[in-house]
Amino acid sequence: MSFPLLTATAALPALGAVATAAVPAAQRTAAKWLALLVSLATLALAVTVLVRFDPDGERYQLTENHAWIRDFGVRYELGVDGIAVALVALTALLIPFIILAGWHDADPLETGSRRWRPTQGFFALILAVEAMVVISFEATDVFVFYIFFEAMLIPMYFLIGGFGDRAHAHGEETAATQRSYAAVKFLLYNLAGGLIMLAAVIGLYVVAGSFSLSEIADARANGTLHMATSTERWLFLGFFFAFAVKAPLWPLHTWLPNAMQEATAPVAVLITAVVDKVGTFAMLRFCLQLFPEASKWATPVVLVLAVISIIYGALLAVGQRDIKRLVAYASISHFGFIIMGVFAMTSQGQSGATLYMVNHGISTAALMLVAGFLISRRGSRLIADYGGVQKVAPVLAGTFLIGGLATLSLPGLAPFVSEFLVLVGTFTRYPVIGIIATFGIVLAALYTLVLYQRTMTGPVKPEVSAMPDLRAREVLVVAPLIVLLIFLGVYPKPVTNIVDPAVKQTLSDVHKKDPRPEVEAAK
Amino acid sequence: MENLIAPLIAAPLLGAAVLLVGGRRLDRAGHWIGVVLSFVSFALGLVLFADLLGKGAGHRTLTQHLFSWIPVAGFQADVTFRLDQLSMTFVLLITGVGSLIHLYSVGYMAHDERRRRFFGYLNLFLAAMLLLVLADNYLLLYVGWEGVGLASYLLIGFWQHKPSAATAAKKAFLVNRVGDMGLSIAIMLMFTTFGSFAFGPVLGTHEEPGLVGDASEGRLTAIALMLLLAACGKSAQVPLQSWLGDAMEGPTPVSALIHAATMVTAGVYLIVRSGAIFNAAPDAQLAVTVVGAVTLLFGAIVGCAKDDIKKALAGSTMSQIGYMVLAAGLGPIGYVFAIMHLVTHGFFKAGLFLGAGSVMHGMNDEVDMRRYGGLRKYMPVTFITFGLGYLAIIGFPGLSGFFSKDKIIEAAFAKGGTEGWILGGAALLGAAITAFYMTRVMLMTFFGEERWRDAPTPSPAEPSVEPAAETGGEHTEPHPHESPKVMTIPMIVLAVGSVFGGAFFSIGDRFLNWLEPVTGHDHGDAPLSAGVITGATMVCLVVGVAIAWAQYGRKPVPAVAPRGSLLTRAARRDLLQDDFNHVVLVRGGEHLTRSLVYLDHSLVDGVVNGTAAGFGGLSGRLRRLQNGFARSYAVSMFGGAALLVAATLLMRAV
Amino acid sequence: MNPVNYLYLAALLFTIGATGVLIRRNAIVVFMCVELMLNACNLAFVAFSRMHGNLDGQIIAFFTMVVAAAEVVVGLAIIVSLFRTRHSASVDDASLMKL
Repeated sequence: MSFPLLTATAALPALGAVATAAVPAAQRTAAKWLALLVSLATLALAVTVLVRFDPDGERYQLTENHAWIRDFGVRYELGVDGIAVALVALTALLIPFIILAGWHDADPLETGSRRWRPTQGFFALILAVEAMVVISFEATDVFVFYIFFEAMLIPMYFLIGGFGDRAHAHGEETAATQRSYAAVKFLLYNLAGGLIMLAAVIGLYVVAGSFSLSEIADARANGTLHMATSTERWLFLGFFFAFAVKAPLWPLHTWLPNAMQEATAPVAVLITAVVDKVGTFAMLRFCLQLFPEASKWATPVVLVLAVISIIYGALLAVGQRDIKRLVAYASISHFGFIIMGVFAMTSQGQSGATLYMVNHGISTAALMLVAGFLISRRGSRLIADYGGVQKVAPVLAGTFLIGGLATLSLPGLAPFVSEFLVLVGTFTRYPVIGIIATFGIVLAALYTLVLYQRTMTGPVKPEVSAMPDLRAREVLVVAPLIVLLIFLGVYPKPVTNIVDPAVKQTLSDVHKKDPRPEVEAAK
Repeated sequence: MENLIAPLIAAPLLGAAVLLVGGRRLDRAGHWIGVVLSFVSFALGLVLFADLLGKGAGHRTLTQHLFSWIPVAGFQADVTFRLDQLSMTFVLLITGVGSLIHLYSVGYMAHDERRRRFFGYLNLFLAAMLLLVLADNYLLLYVGWEGVGLASYLLIGFWQHKPSAATAAKKAFLVNRVGDMGLSIAIMLMFTTFGSFAFGPVLGTHEEPGLVGDASEGRLTAIALMLLLAACGKSAQVPLQSWLGDAMEGPTPVSALIHAATMVTAGVYLIVRSGAIFNAAPDAQLAVTVVGAVTLLFGAIVGCAKDDIKKALAGSTMSQIGYMVLAAGLGPIGYVFAIMHLVTHGFFKAGLFLGAGSVMHGMNDEVDMRRYGGLRKYMPVTFITFGLGYLAIIGFPGLSGFFSKDKIIEAAFAKGGTEGWILGGAALLGAAITAFYMTRVMLMTFFGEERWRDAPTPSPAEPSVEPAAETGGEHTEPHPHESPKVMTIPMIVLAVGSVFGGAFFSIGDRFLNWLEPVTGHDHGDAPLSAGVITGATMVCLVVGVAIAWAQYGRKPVPAVAPRGSLLTRAARRDLLQDDFNHVVLVRGGEHLTRSLVYLDHSLVDGVVNGTAAGFGGLSGRLRRLQNGFARSYAVSMFGGAALLVAATLLMRAV
Repeated sequence: MNPVNYLYLAALLFTIGATGVLIRRNAIVVFMCVELMLNACNLAFVAFSRMHGNLDGQIIAFFTMVVAAAEVVVGLAIIVSLFRTRHSASVDDASLMKL
């Protein structure tokens, strides 16, 4: 038996989490370094997965398959296709930056508050989330996926509720209240989605007699497993609801702004760039593969919701006064694009959506982490408290601008490629929806530039006049992300090469072909 | 030879990267890096030009394929460059004028502590603009298109500490984004219609028509209108013109390079490049001519009322680009002349802006022409170069504007029918107004009495456009002086171009023969002979100059603007377009977002929080049952037990 | 004598005890009534034991007595300490634990 590479990719951060948590209380720095090293080792493993993966080979590769709960036919079944590989790599890539950016976020306060911030716990929880996210991407057994999809809520809950921004406009007490509100809201929303999905998972087992993704999909494809139309639709809805909450799709989105606002910037990145991707990924993998007919049936509604998300998220981002909330609503808009791409059912749309997941992860990380650095300097999240930062901290402002430009999908940066692919992919089949979604790019420019103008330009406010520029550690966090944004914007081929075959498979699962150009069709 | 195309773009891109990433170490010599790389690019352009000239007229197209950019199923976007006569013309204009302006900026920005960054942005602009004109497909063009928008954003807002500059930059980017939306929809339409968006397959060549021929006219009209929207945004055409005036907040070299000579003409490039599509969509062409005609009058009227020298010139730019768009909308009759006017305009307008910059440089960055006057004695070189540019733009016989503008007016008449008369008339009227406002600028700046001596301190509510040279807000009386050589030499070169360019292009139809293989040409049938039209143009010119002389030459210019007629007041406010935008878009948008924020909180979130509150209320009710009386608990226990017994008995009985 | 009569007596005693628990406020009286109910049960157990001819009921009665003795100890201790702190033996006054 070959080395279980996929298990190792998830097990390493899990063991790292335990080890980090076990570091004695006084050895804070050691815990940080341990977590960083573990995340880097995980990255190395993920890169190995990436290298060993053959885009033109079998659909699921590096598979592992062991019996687990025999009575219920649950198998410990892992395997990655091109889409999963890309997302595993993204996750493993972002975690070291998140750890590095949050280096001091969980330091105990020297004076004042008596809250004890367990540094060890913070980094252990991050690694735990990584382990669970990675295994969710790798699972090809519905039950295994479900377990980790739900379990990651627990460390996330503690990360949101336990660690907030150091300084808060209304004092520590209010901050703690708002934080726990956000954490509970996050938990309840996602639990509700998860419970409905659990019902659907059980229903699926009753109907199909198996939890194995490939078995069910094969059985459906060759006709041995017949599902009544209404059954399929109900099951689809059960799965989709959970993913739509996680993604999040309008109108199930309201937990995200609260969670991202209250969490520290690195945790906010963890939520939006990593954890939420499981939702959109699962739509692509489970909804479309298990329930192709129901997916097609639901497409019009999903697309409308997605386009509402795009415009609504962008409009709300324009109206925000809080930097982190603004980024959260921008993310909602971007998730609308991803979901639109998934359900456009064209190769451009789905490749674009997958690419979008990767690029959005990187671009949001860049913007949000810089925003976090900014907020930690001034101790306020309110846009109105800033002004003229460009003059005192040009590097900070410059990186913030690049993050913003990536958010508004400037050509030359990675998100443009994915956004355009999603738009084209949608347009070829649903022109009206494509055109409405295009308004999103104007609104994206509006909220990004307004944010930049209000915080970075204009006369220097006295409160920011002594603001230090980015430190070496912070540059180390941002610079690689920016390099990646530019590289993937100019040369996205390495990613599209991996993703394309998987997308082709998914499209054939739902029996869809790309529409032909009008000129050709006329001939 | 085609391998030189990529270095042509790479040189300024490298400069931008080095200057922006290099940090403070490069502060001292950084600007020379920018200048040198810009000249390198120009030299490469000249080499390529010589190479093209050496080939036969039909074979002057070079392509360089670099790599496959976005390959996804049927969607294939490559990074491929295409150099033909049209893009060659632009390359020379961009790198030539660009290099001169780089040089000029060395002097102009000498006292700015962020000069290195300024040159980084300028180089970035050059790279993006070159990418725009050299791209071989619309998606790559789009990259350059937004790239120049970014460079323009950065440069307009270069003095970021001034809120007005930051706002103007944001406005420019946003209005351009509306246009960009048009371009992206056009590309999507092309992809669904043709399955491709590369120039070759879609537009075809002279010998073999492209896929355009197979598409329905409705589709082509839609594509063409979307391209027009894009062009309106980038070229500041009505209804997306509002950003150009505000863009004058940027340093003057930026106004000269980006907002006069090159970037704003990208829309004309787009229309001429997509000629095959427009030719097959007559309705869209009509829309193009209407936009052009309206804008040329709009810009001219605005230009008449502005007292800010740069804003007057901005109005003029808008108007001149209106001419080009009008010509481009005429189809093969006008394509060549649109580009010819674009090139000559590049010379004289850049020269005029540089002259304006030189004046401001000598006048403590004052921009109000009512505080100028009599400057010809103090700045002889600026006066002469500006004067030549002035003569060129109004179309003084023999200078370049005369040749290019006259051709456009002729072409407008040659459109034929009522349309031809209306368009030609508009173009003629525009020529008269051009003569008027340019004479006004000239007289107010260089002639008349010296009004800057007793200049009142500018009120803080109206800060001058340029930062007052770091004088700490104190306004001292200006001492007009000529600018240093590094600034005057580019002005002289541009003045030479604006004098001889038109004649050089027109004699022997050199320009026409050069471009015809790409754009095609058609003579049309003019209802009037060329001589009559030229005569009419001359009459318009004289009338315009005469009115301006009567108003600003004979009488002294008041230092404070008179109230003016209703039209003047409207024109000072850009014909109320901004007010319209403000009321409809800004206010409306604010209300929309604010109410959505409220709704998101109260409705979407409210439903969820309401459910939570409902459960909370229910448990509150249930809590009351626990009243603390042990005996009531006992009752419920007995009751429960009795119920259980009863149920058991009942089950037995059944 | 018919053993069923013992059952009637047990039921009567139980009812009296239950009524006492429900209507009396004095903790001591309530306590006595609880004892009465327990002993009613004991009587029923013993009677059943006699009726069915095995010893199970008697064994359980012993268990009950042990439990009742323990209960008396704890219960009286609570009542006494309650009386000491609140100067009242009314069960209605002991409502501090409600929400």
